[in-house]
Amino acid sequence: MNSLLIQNGTILDPSRGLEMRADLAVVDGRIVATMPAGVKPDRVIDAGGCLVVPGLIDTHVHFREPGDEEEETIASGAAAAVAGGFTTVCCMPNTKPALDTEAAIEFVIRESERVGLANVLPVGAITKAREGRELAEIGSMQARGAVAFSDDGTGVNDPSVMRKALQYVKMFDGLIMQHCEDHLLAGGSMNGGLVSTRLGLVGIPAEAEQLMIARDVLLNRLIGCRYHVQHISTAHSVELVRRAKRDGIPITAEVAPHHVLLTDEACSSYDTNYKMNPPLRTQADVEACIEGVVDGTIELLATDHAPHLAEEKELEFQYAPFGIIGLECALGLYVKALVTPGHISWMKLIDMMSTAGARLIRSDRGTLAPGAVGDVTIIDPNLKWKVDLSEFKSKSTNCPFVGWELIGRATHTIVGGAVKWELR
Amino acid sequence: MPQTTSWTSKHLLDLESLTAEQIAFVLDTADTFAEVSTRSVKKVPALRGKVVVNAFFEDSTRTRTSFALAASRLSADVIDFSEKGSSVSKGETLIDTARNIEAMGIDAIIIRHQAAGSAALLARTVKCSVINAGDGAHEHPTQGLLDLYTIRKRFGRVEGLKVAIVGDIANSRVARSDLWGLTRLGAEVILVGPPTLLPRAFERLATGPGRVRVVHDFDAVCGEVDVINMLRVQNERMKSAQFPTVREFTRWFGLTWDRFQRCKPDVFVMHPGPMNRGVEIHNEIADGPNSGILKQVEYGLAVRMAVLYLTMQAE
Repeated sequence: MNSLLIQNGTILDPSRGLEMRADLAVVDGRIVATMPAGVKPDRVIDAGGCLVVPGLIDTHVHFREPGDEEEETIASGAAAAVAGGFTTVCCMPNTKPALDTEAAIEFVIRESERVGLANVLPVGAITKAREGRELAEIGSMQARGAVAFSDDGTGVNDPSVMRKALQYVKMFDGLIMQHCEDHLLAGGSMNGGLVSTRLGLVGIPAEAEQLMIARDVLLNRLIGCRYHVQHISTAHSVELVRRAKRDGIPITAEVAPHHVLLTDEACSSYDTNYKMNPPLRTQADVEACIEGVVDGTIELLATDHAPHLAEEKELEFQYAPFGIIGLECALGLYVKALVTPGHISWMKLIDMMSTAGARLIRSDRGTLAPGAVGDVTIIDPNLKWKVDLSEFKSKSTNCPFVGWELIGRATHTIVGGAVKWELR
Repeated sequence: MPQTTSWTSKHLLDLESLTAEQIAFVLDTADTFAEVSTRSVKKVPALRGKVVVNAFFEDSTRTRTSFALAASRLSADVIDFSEKGSSVSKGETLIDTARNIEAMGIDAIIIRHQAAGSAALLARTVKCSVINAGDGAHEHPTQGLLDLYTIRKRFGRVEGLKVAIVGDIANSRVARSDLWGLTRLGAEVILVGPPTLLPRAFERLATGPGRVRVVHDFDAVCGEVDVINMLRVQNERMKSAQFPTVREFTRWFGLTWDRFQRCKPDVFVMHPGPMNRGVEIHNEIADGPNSGILKQVEYGLAVRMAVLYLTMQAE
């Protein structure tokens, strides 16, 4: 019998709306109501002054394996995840080759188990090789453990393919995650607007995102497939999701930390650590995304952790790849963007960073209810820390938040009752 | 030799970050260098022993020649380096290329590159001076300066003038540098072009004292301007369907003979070159008395001498 006792913390469990000072016990990998009589816990953690929350879940990461293992692997990505307080992450299928077969899904699951840190759950490709032409073996992938389907990195541009995808995924009661970007309208390297005009960079207009959301809402109106908007970034996108929800269309949305903290002004120095897709937008978009978080239009806080090597990023802005890493600073960043200014409570933050993610992928995690899997994160909500490149477990360092002073950090990350990471 | 007390930057990356005083100082310095070209021995020892690299990653004839000549008139040694295509396609990054060039012990890199921000990237990387000779659609500061210099020579001032810049504004680094320079010195800039090549956002770029207007009707403004700067029509823009045909472009946005008749009689016509005669500018206007096109090239030399001198003297 393995047992762990977390003492003196404040339990925050959004799955039950529970906030109370209490101890939490995990026995043989499961949460128990009370430590069985006579059992001396193998380990006791003093969580005084800390929050004890369901393990954080990130529905959007890129672990680059197979294909770009020099940028990240499932092992290094999972290490970064637990260092950021995440116990479960969903990895996107834009690997080389793409995760578009049952065997590829099996590979991720096995590798995740072999590594034994965070639960790395695969998202399968919607189309073969993510080319947007023919449906991939969605049913087989789901049977093997794919938690959702996405061609992330690109959207499914062809409306006839997208309609088939919605119909087909609906048959398995599956989940589509869409990278909403009409690539015929996009094609630039930063947000299209005043700043791109000034810098002479080709813009990605906000409409490229909005067009695909609007189209998919229309396509899905009669189909009713579970549909999730990845990394939402524009004000009108939020409004489109809000209206679709009002119309009873099954739709959810996630946002990434940079889209509630930074604007396209940050691109002014041509620093490629501010190049991501969707791009940093305007202040009005940032405010609309925050408003969407507050009113529940956006239900999830993800990271879009996208590792790239320094040498890949040290290029002319237009040639550098999109993306930044986020797992190890996301919690502190969301506290800064949403909790400290009073937009949302800690309870809502944990809901959006854990319980809502579990709901989306229909996982039994994201809760501290007795009997649940013992995925627990202990957070010191007052810990001041500085984002430090040398501490990163990720293989990549493409992060614009290096040097930022943040408040709030995971101190212990417990997966299946075992402490997988602790702050020293 | 001119005093360099008003110039402290060893780079010239853009005009956006320059004050009116700094711009005027460069133009004044150019005035003193203009005289050099009139001597029988067209050379001063200002940069003797210095080495300048002309690093051109994009085709250019006049800018490259102008810089080379400017450097040699200042007695600097000039090395030519040209490489077509992106850094990605040739397998070596721009930063590595620049570090290699710098390792040979050079004092300034003049860079022309197809990517916006490449000059800024270089300036962050190398220790020597970096002079932007055009970075993508971002800026072409020496062209902007020579346009200002040419206008100032013609009118004795820039402040209060109305200057139309016509054509493919969105993709023009010349338009951006002109816009910053002209508005800083108090001119009114009227940008003219189809909405597909002229986003509204340009109107919000200026930081004064001059202002910027965005206009899609050339005929509505051609009679009120003192200067018309015609930009080159780039054929590749047509392939991306930003306007239907050259003929249609000429009809609405070309400086045709008919349109020219409705301009002020002393309107000053400029073009950064190379020209498409009969497309954006009528043949006879280009060669006529209103044209400042060859003056731009002539003055460009003095302006580039000033820029090389000032940046390479700066600590």
